[in-house]
Amino acid sequence: MTGQTQSPSGLHGTVHVVPLRVLVGVFLALLALTFVTVAATWVDWGQWNLAIALGIATVKAALVALYFMHLRYDHPFNALIFVVGLVFLALFLAITTLDTQQYQPEIDAAVEAAMEEAR
Amino acid sequence: MSEATDAPAGKISEAGEAARHESEKHPEFLAHHFETPHQQFAAGKLGVWIFLLTEILFFSGLFCAYTVYRANHPEIFVYAHQFLDKNLGALNTAILIFSSFTMALAVRSAQLNRQRALVICLAITLLCALGFLGVKYVEYQQKWQHGLLWASRYNPSEHGENHAAEEAGGSAADTPAGEGSLAAGSSAERQSAEHAGNVPRNVGLFFSIYFVMTGLHGLHVLGGMGAIVWLIGRAARGAFSAEYFGPVDYVGLYWHLVDLIWIFLFPLLYLIH
Repeated sequence: MTGQTQSPSGLHGTVHVVPLRVLVGVFLALLALTFVTVAATWVDWGQWNLAIALGIATVKAALVALYFMHLRYDHPFNALIFVVGLVFLALFLAITTLDTQQYQPEIDAAVEAAMEEAR
Repeated sequence: MSEATDAPAGKISEAGEAARHESEKHPEFLAHHFETPHQQFAAGKLGVWIFLLTEILFFSGLFCAYTVYRANHPEIFVYAHQFLDKNLGALNTAILIFSSFTMALAVRSAQLNRQRALVICLAITLLCALGFLGVKYVEYQQKWQHGLLWASRYNPSEHGENHAAEEAGGSAADTPAGEGSLAAGSSAERQSAEHAGNVPRNVGLFFSIYFVMTGLHGLHVLGGMGAIVWLIGRAARGAFSAEYFGPVDYVGLYWHLVDLIWIFLFPLLYLIH
Protein backbone atom coordinates (compact mmCIF):
# COMPACT_ATOMS: atom_id res chain seq x y z
CA MET A 1 0.00 0.00 0.00
CA THR A 2 1.25 3.46 -0.79
CA GLY A 3 1.15 4.80 2.74
CA GLN A 4 3.53 7.68 2.10
CA THR A 5 0.99 10.13 0.73
CA GLN A 6 -1.39 10.21 3.69
CA SER A 7 -4.08 12.79 3.22
CA PRO A 8 -5.52 14.08 6.50
CA SER A 9 -9.08 14.39 5.21
CA GLY A 10 -9.63 10.98 3.61
CA LEU A 11 -8.30 7.91 1.89
CA HIS A 12 -8.05 9.45 -1.54
CA GLY A 13 -4.65 8.80 -3.08
CA THR A 14 -3.52 6.55 -0.20
CA VAL A 15 -4.88 3.23 -1.49
CA HIS A 16 -4.08 1.32 -4.64
CA VAL A 17 -6.92 1.11 -7.16
CA VAL A 18 -6.71 -2.11 -9.18
CA PRO A 19 -6.86 -1.30 -12.92
CA LEU A 20 -10.06 -2.42 -14.65
CA ARG A 21 -8.26 -4.55 -17.23
CA VAL A 22 -6.50 -6.47 -14.42
CA LEU A 23 -9.86 -7.26 -12.78
CA VAL A 24 -11.40 -8.32 -16.10
CA GLY A 25 -8.33 -10.42 -16.92
CA VAL A 26 -8.47 -12.20 -13.56
CA PHE A 27 -12.20 -12.84 -13.97
CA LEU A 28 -11.70 -14.35 -17.44
CA ALA A 29 -8.77 -16.45 -16.19
CA LEU A 30 -10.91 -17.79 -13.34
CA LEU A 31 -13.70 -18.75 -15.75
CA ALA A 32 -11.21 -20.43 -18.10
CA LEU A 33 -9.66 -22.39 -15.22
CA THR A 34 -13.13 -23.50 -14.08
CA PHE A 35 -13.71 -24.90 -17.56
CA VAL A 36 -10.26 -26.55 -17.55
CA THR A 37 -10.88 -28.24 -14.20
CA VAL A 38 -14.21 -29.66 -15.45
CA ALA A 39 -12.64 -30.68 -18.78
CA ALA A 40 -9.82 -32.44 -16.90
CA THR A 41 -12.37 -34.95 -15.56
CA TRP A 42 -13.14 -36.12 -19.12
CA VAL A 43 -9.76 -37.87 -19.15
CA ASP A 44 -8.61 -40.31 -16.49
CA TRP A 45 -5.16 -39.21 -15.28
CA GLY A 46 -4.97 -42.05 -12.78
CA GLN A 47 -3.32 -41.08 -9.53
CA TRP A 48 -2.87 -37.49 -10.79
CA ASN A 49 -6.63 -36.76 -10.84
CA LEU A 50 -6.73 -35.24 -7.37
CA ALA A 51 -3.41 -33.40 -7.79
CA ILE A 52 -4.58 -31.78 -11.04
CA ALA A 53 -7.94 -30.72 -9.55
CA LEU A 54 -6.30 -29.26 -6.44
CA GLY A 55 -3.51 -27.63 -8.46
CA ILE A 56 -6.01 -25.75 -10.63
CA ALA A 57 -8.04 -24.79 -7.54
CA THR A 58 -4.88 -23.44 -5.90
CA VAL A 59 -4.05 -21.29 -8.93
CA LYS A 60 -7.62 -19.93 -8.90
CA ALA A 61 -7.43 -19.24 -5.17
CA ALA A 62 -4.11 -17.44 -5.65
CA LEU A 63 -5.64 -15.21 -8.35
CA VAL A 64 -8.57 -14.34 -6.07
CA ALA A 65 -6.30 -13.61 -3.10
CA LEU A 66 -3.68 -11.59 -5.03
CA TYR A 67 -5.98 -9.42 -7.16
CA PHE A 68 -9.58 -9.48 -5.90
CA MET A 69 -8.41 -9.41 -2.27
CA HIS A 70 -5.64 -6.89 -3.12
CA LEU A 71 -2.95 -8.90 -1.33
CA ARG A 72 -0.47 -8.13 -4.10
CA TYR A 73 -0.77 -4.40 -3.43
CA ASP A 74 -1.63 -4.53 0.26
CA HIS A 75 0.49 -4.15 3.39
CA PRO A 76 2.50 -7.41 3.61
CA PHE A 77 1.33 -8.04 7.16
CA ASN A 78 -2.17 -8.89 5.87
CA ALA A 79 -0.65 -11.42 3.47
CA LEU A 80 1.34 -12.86 6.38
CA ILE A 81 -1.89 -13.44 8.34
CA PHE A 82 -3.38 -15.26 5.35
CA VAL A 83 -0.26 -17.42 4.89
CA VAL A 84 -0.20 -18.24 8.62
CA GLY A 85 -3.78 -19.53 8.23
CA LEU A 86 -2.71 -21.78 5.36
CA VAL A 87 0.32 -23.06 7.33
CA PHE A 88 -1.90 -24.04 10.26
CA LEU A 89 -4.37 -25.67 7.85
CA ALA A 90 -1.50 -27.73 6.38
CA LEU A 91 -0.24 -28.71 9.85
CA PHE A 92 -3.76 -29.69 10.91
CA LEU A 93 -4.31 -31.91 7.84
CA ALA A 94 -0.81 -33.42 7.85
CA ILE A 95 -0.70 -34.42 11.50
CA THR A 96 -4.26 -35.79 11.46
CA THR A 97 -3.48 -37.80 8.33
CA LEU A 98 -0.36 -39.27 9.92
CA ASP A 99 -2.39 -40.24 12.97
CA THR A 100 -5.28 -41.81 11.09
CA GLN A 101 -2.94 -43.82 8.87
CA GLN A 102 -1.30 -45.16 12.00
CA TYR A 103 -4.53 -46.60 13.40
CA GLN A 104 -6.75 -47.28 10.39
CA PRO A 105 -5.42 -50.84 9.75
CA GLU A 106 -6.34 -51.84 13.29
CA ILE A 107 -9.80 -50.28 12.92
CA ASP A 108 -10.34 -52.09 9.62
CA ALA A 109 -9.27 -55.39 11.16
CA ALA A 110 -11.64 -54.90 14.11
CA VAL A 111 -14.54 -54.07 11.75
CA GLU A 112 -13.82 -57.17 9.65
CA ALA A 113 -13.74 -59.34 12.77
CA ALA A 114 -17.05 -57.89 13.97
CA MET A 115 -18.61 -58.51 10.54
CA GLU A 116 -17.39 -62.12 10.62
CA GLU A 117 -18.91 -62.61 14.05
CA ALA A 118 -22.25 -61.14 12.94
CA ARG A 119 -22.38 -63.63 10.09
CA MET B 1 0.65 -3.03 11.06
CA SER B 2 3.07 -0.29 12.10
CA GLU B 3 0.79 2.37 10.66
CA ALA B 4 -2.19 0.82 12.38
CA THR B 5 -0.93 0.33 15.91
CA ASP B 6 2.47 1.59 16.94
CA ALA B 7 2.97 5.01 15.47
CA PRO B 8 5.83 6.76 17.27
CA ALA B 9 4.79 9.10 20.08
CA GLY B 10 6.16 12.20 18.39
CA LYS B 11 4.12 11.59 15.31
CA ILE B 12 0.95 11.21 17.38
CA SER B 13 1.29 14.62 19.06
CA GLU B 14 2.17 16.17 15.72
CA ALA B 15 -0.86 14.66 14.07
CA GLY B 16 -3.01 15.59 17.07
CA GLU B 17 -1.82 19.18 16.73
CA ALA B 18 -2.72 19.13 13.06
CA ALA B 19 -6.13 17.65 13.86
CA ARG B 20 -6.82 20.44 16.39
CA HIS B 21 -5.79 23.07 13.89
CA GLU B 22 -8.31 21.85 11.37
CA SER B 23 -10.92 20.47 13.75
CA GLU B 24 -13.66 21.92 11.58
CA LYS B 25 -12.28 19.74 8.78
CA HIS B 26 -12.27 16.54 10.90
CA PRO B 27 -14.23 14.09 8.74
CA GLU B 28 -17.44 12.68 10.16
CA PHE B 29 -16.55 9.08 9.28
CA LEU B 30 -13.28 9.14 11.25
CA ALA B 31 -13.71 7.50 14.66
CA HIS B 32 -12.26 9.68 17.44
CA HIS B 33 -9.63 7.11 18.46
CA PHE B 34 -7.94 7.20 15.03
CA GLU B 35 -5.50 9.88 13.93
CA THR B 36 -6.06 9.63 10.19
CA PRO B 37 -8.55 7.96 7.85
CA HIS B 38 -5.70 5.87 6.55
CA GLN B 39 -4.90 4.56 10.03
CA GLN B 40 -8.58 3.73 10.53
CA PHE B 41 -8.67 1.90 7.18
CA ALA B 42 -5.47 -0.08 7.85
CA ALA B 43 -6.70 -1.09 11.32
CA GLY B 44 -10.06 -2.18 9.90
CA LYS B 45 -8.38 -4.27 7.23
CA LEU B 46 -6.11 -5.91 9.80
CA GLY B 47 -9.19 -6.79 11.84
CA VAL B 48 -10.96 -8.30 8.83
CA TRP B 49 -7.90 -10.36 7.91
CA ILE B 50 -7.73 -11.77 11.44
CA PHE B 51 -11.42 -12.64 11.15
CA LEU B 52 -10.73 -14.35 7.80
CA LEU B 53 -7.95 -16.33 9.50
CA THR B 54 -10.47 -17.68 12.03
CA GLU B 55 -12.79 -18.51 9.11
CA ILE B 56 -10.04 -20.52 7.39
CA LEU B 57 -9.44 -22.45 10.60
CA PHE B 58 -13.22 -22.90 11.08
CA PHE B 59 -13.53 -24.54 7.65
CA SER B 60 -10.26 -26.44 8.08
CA GLY B 61 -11.99 -28.72 10.60
CA LEU B 62 -14.36 -29.81 7.82
CA PHE B 63 -11.57 -30.12 5.26
CA CYS B 64 -9.78 -32.30 7.82
CA ALA B 65 -12.83 -34.58 8.19
CA TYR B 66 -12.99 -34.79 4.40
CA THR B 67 -9.30 -35.71 4.17
CA VAL B 68 -9.53 -38.42 6.82
CA TYR B 69 -12.61 -40.06 5.30
CA ARG B 70 -11.38 -39.82 1.74
CA ALA B 71 -7.94 -41.19 2.63
CA ASN B 72 -9.46 -44.17 4.43
CA HIS B 73 -12.53 -44.82 2.29
CA PRO B 74 -11.81 -43.62 -1.25
CA GLU B 75 -14.37 -46.08 -2.68
CA ILE B 76 -17.23 -44.23 -0.93
CA PHE B 77 -16.21 -40.94 -2.58
CA VAL B 78 -15.73 -42.45 -6.02
CA TYR B 79 -19.11 -44.15 -5.78
CA ALA B 80 -21.13 -41.32 -4.21
CA HIS B 81 -19.90 -38.30 -6.14
CA GLN B 82 -21.81 -39.47 -9.24
CA PHE B 83 -25.02 -38.34 -7.52
CA LEU B 84 -23.82 -34.73 -7.61
CA ASP B 85 -24.50 -32.77 -10.78
CA LYS B 86 -21.19 -31.52 -12.20
CA ASN B 87 -22.95 -29.02 -14.46
CA LEU B 88 -24.86 -27.40 -11.62
CA GLY B 89 -21.64 -27.31 -9.57
CA ALA B 90 -19.77 -25.64 -12.45
CA LEU B 91 -22.66 -23.20 -12.96
CA ASN B 92 -22.52 -22.23 -9.28
CA THR B 93 -18.75 -21.82 -9.50
CA ALA B 94 -19.17 -19.44 -12.44
CA ILE B 95 -21.92 -17.50 -10.62
CA LEU B 96 -19.76 -17.10 -7.52
CA ILE B 97 -16.69 -16.06 -9.54
CA PHE B 98 -18.78 -13.47 -11.36
CA SER B 99 -20.13 -12.16 -8.04
CA SER B 100 -16.56 -11.87 -6.76
CA PHE B 101 -15.71 -9.89 -9.89
CA THR B 102 -18.65 -7.49 -9.40
CA MET B 103 -17.68 -7.15 -5.72
CA ALA B 104 -14.14 -6.16 -6.76
CA LEU B 105 -15.72 -3.68 -9.21
CA ALA B 106 -17.86 -2.31 -6.35
CA VAL B 107 -14.74 -1.63 -4.26
CA ARG B 108 -13.13 0.03 -7.27
CA SER B 109 -16.23 2.16 -7.90
CA ALA B 110 -16.18 3.35 -4.29
CA GLN B 111 -12.46 4.15 -4.54
CA LEU B 112 -13.16 6.24 -7.66
CA ASN B 113 -16.19 7.97 -6.13
CA ARG B 114 -18.66 6.45 -8.61
CA GLN B 115 -21.79 6.28 -6.46
CA ARG B 116 -24.20 4.85 -9.05
CA ALA B 117 -21.75 2.18 -10.22
CA LEU B 118 -21.16 1.19 -6.58
CA VAL B 119 -24.85 0.56 -5.92
CA ILE B 120 -25.28 -1.29 -9.24
CA CYS B 121 -22.25 -3.54 -8.63
CA LEU B 122 -23.41 -4.36 -5.11
CA ALA B 123 -26.92 -5.14 -6.39
CA ILE B 124 -25.52 -7.51 -9.06
CA THR B 125 -23.40 -9.22 -6.42
CA LEU B 126 -26.50 -9.69 -4.27
CA LEU B 127 -28.45 -11.16 -7.20
CA CYS B 128 -25.60 -13.60 -7.93
CA ALA B 129 -25.64 -14.70 -4.28
CA LEU B 130 -29.37 -15.29 -4.59
CA GLY B 131 -28.81 -17.26 -7.82
CA PHE B 132 -26.16 -19.37 -6.11
CA LEU B 133 -28.54 -20.28 -3.30
CA GLY B 134 -31.29 -20.97 -5.85
CA VAL B 135 -29.10 -23.53 -7.66
CA LYS B 136 -28.13 -24.97 -4.26
CA TYR B 137 -31.85 -25.32 -3.43
CA VAL B 138 -32.46 -27.28 -6.65
CA GLU B 139 -29.54 -29.57 -5.82
CA TYR B 140 -30.64 -30.13 -2.20
CA GLN B 141 -34.17 -30.86 -3.33
CA GLN B 142 -32.91 -33.54 -5.72
CA LYS B 143 -30.95 -35.16 -2.90
CA TRP B 144 -33.96 -34.95 -0.61
CA GLN B 145 -36.30 -36.57 -3.11
CA HIS B 146 -33.90 -39.44 -3.66
CA GLY B 147 -33.14 -39.97 0.01
CA LEU B 148 -29.50 -39.07 -0.55
CA LEU B 149 -29.15 -37.54 2.89
CA TRP B 150 -26.62 -37.54 5.71
CA ALA B 151 -25.57 -40.85 7.23
CA SER B 152 -28.37 -41.35 9.75
CA ARG B 153 -31.08 -40.55 7.17
CA TYR B 154 -29.44 -42.04 4.10
CA ASN B 155 -32.09 -44.27 2.56
CA PRO B 156 -32.10 -44.03 -1.21
CA SER B 157 -34.16 -47.11 -2.17
CA GLU B 158 -37.15 -46.31 0.04
CA HIS B 159 -37.24 -42.70 -1.13
CA GLY B 160 -36.75 -43.81 -4.70
CA GLU B 161 -40.13 -45.53 -4.63
CA ASN B 162 -41.77 -42.57 -2.91
CA HIS B 163 -40.28 -40.31 -5.50
CA ALA B 164 -41.78 -42.36 -8.32
CA ALA B 165 -45.18 -41.98 -6.68
CA GLU B 166 -44.65 -38.25 -6.20
CA GLU B 167 -43.66 -37.82 -9.79
CA ALA B 168 -46.88 -39.55 -10.85
CA GLY B 169 -48.63 -37.01 -8.62
CA GLY B 170 -47.14 -34.25 -10.74
CA SER B 171 -44.66 -32.63 -8.34
CA ALA B 172 -41.83 -32.99 -10.83
CA ALA B 173 -42.69 -29.58 -12.25
CA ASP B 174 -40.48 -27.71 -9.77
CA THR B 175 -37.26 -29.39 -10.92
CA PRO B 176 -35.51 -28.76 -14.22
CA ALA B 177 -36.13 -31.62 -16.63
CA GLY B 178 -32.48 -32.33 -17.45
CA GLU B 179 -31.30 -32.61 -13.89
CA GLY B 180 -34.42 -34.53 -12.83
CA SER B 181 -34.05 -37.23 -15.42
CA LEU B 182 -30.29 -37.44 -14.87
CA ALA B 183 -30.69 -37.97 -11.14
CA ALA B 184 -33.50 -40.45 -11.68
CA GLY B 185 -31.34 -42.34 -14.16
CA SER B 186 -28.38 -42.55 -11.82
CA SER B 187 -30.70 -43.56 -9.01
CA ALA B 188 -31.93 -46.51 -11.06
CA GLU B 189 -28.34 -47.36 -11.90
CA ARG B 190 -27.53 -47.19 -8.25
CA GLN B 191 -30.30 -49.60 -7.30
CA SER B 192 -29.23 -52.12 -9.90
CA ALA B 193 -25.66 -51.77 -8.66
CA GLU B 194 -26.93 -52.41 -5.15
CA HIS B 195 -28.54 -55.65 -6.27
CA ALA B 196 -25.26 -56.66 -7.81
CA GLY B 197 -23.57 -55.98 -4.46
CA ASN B 198 -21.12 -53.34 -5.72
CA VAL B 199 -22.18 -50.61 -3.34
CA PRO B 200 -19.61 -49.73 -0.68
CA ARG B 201 -20.76 -49.60 2.93
CA ASN B 202 -21.53 -46.28 4.68
CA VAL B 203 -22.14 -44.22 1.54
CA GLY B 204 -24.15 -41.86 3.76
CA LEU B 205 -20.84 -40.59 5.18
CA PHE B 206 -20.16 -38.83 1.90
CA PHE B 207 -23.50 -37.05 2.09
CA SER B 208 -22.89 -36.09 5.73
CA ILE B 209 -19.69 -34.38 4.63
CA TYR B 210 -21.35 -32.92 1.54
CA PHE B 211 -24.24 -31.38 3.45
CA VAL B 212 -22.14 -30.00 6.30
CA MET B 213 -19.52 -28.47 4.00
CA THR B 214 -21.91 -26.98 1.44
CA GLY B 215 -24.40 -26.10 4.19
CA LEU B 216 -21.86 -24.12 6.21
CA HIS B 217 -20.69 -22.46 3.02
CA GLY B 218 -24.32 -21.64 2.15
CA LEU B 219 -24.79 -20.02 5.56
CA HIS B 220 -21.75 -17.88 4.82
CA VAL B 221 -23.31 -16.83 1.51
CA LEU B 222 -26.48 -15.93 3.43
CA GLY B 223 -24.46 -13.90 5.94
CA GLY B 224 -22.64 -12.16 3.11
CA MET B 225 -25.98 -11.26 1.52
CA GLY B 226 -27.04 -9.60 4.78
CA ALA B 227 -23.81 -7.58 4.79
CA ILE B 228 -24.28 -6.58 1.13
CA VAL B 229 -27.86 -5.43 1.81
CA TRP B 230 -26.48 -3.24 4.60
CA LEU B 231 -23.85 -1.85 2.22
CA ILE B 232 -26.45 -1.10 -0.47
CA GLY B 233 -28.53 0.80 2.07
CA ARG B 234 -25.57 2.92 3.13
CA ALA B 235 -24.29 3.36 -0.44
CA ALA B 236 -27.72 4.54 -1.60
CA ARG B 237 -27.58 7.25 1.08
CA GLY B 238 -24.16 8.27 -0.24
CA ALA B 239 -22.18 7.14 2.81
CA PHE B 240 -19.17 5.96 0.80
CA SER B 241 -16.69 7.97 -1.23
CA ALA B 242 -13.10 7.96 -2.39
CA GLU B 243 -12.28 9.27 1.12
CA TYR B 244 -14.21 6.58 3.00
CA PHE B 245 -14.94 3.12 1.62
CA GLY B 246 -13.60 0.83 4.37
CA PRO B 247 -16.81 -1.16 4.93
CA VAL B 248 -17.15 -1.91 1.20
CA ASP B 249 -13.60 -3.25 1.16
CA TYR B 250 -14.10 -5.29 4.36
CA VAL B 251 -17.29 -6.99 3.14
CA GLY B 252 -15.55 -7.51 -0.21
CA LEU B 253 -12.69 -9.38 1.46
CA TYR B 254 -15.16 -11.62 3.28
CA TRP B 255 -17.07 -12.24 0.05
CA HIS B 256 -13.89 -13.22 -1.81
CA LEU B 257 -13.03 -15.69 0.96
CA VAL B 258 -16.46 -17.32 0.57
CA ASP B 259 -15.69 -17.60 -3.16
CA LEU B 260 -12.24 -18.99 -2.40
CA ILE B 261 -13.65 -21.76 -0.18
CA TRP B 262 -16.12 -22.74 -2.90
CA ILE B 263 -13.24 -22.91 -5.40
CA PHE B 264 -11.91 -25.82 -3.31
CA LEU B 265 -15.28 -27.39 -2.44
CA PHE B 266 -16.23 -27.71 -6.12
CA PRO B 267 -13.42 -30.08 -7.26
CA LEU B 268 -13.30 -31.91 -3.91
CA LEU B 269 -17.00 -32.81 -3.92
CA TYR B 270 -18.13 -32.74 -7.56
CA LEU B 271 -15.07 -33.65 -9.63
CA ILE B 272 -13.93 -36.91 -8.07
CA HIS B 273 -13.01 -39.56 -10.61
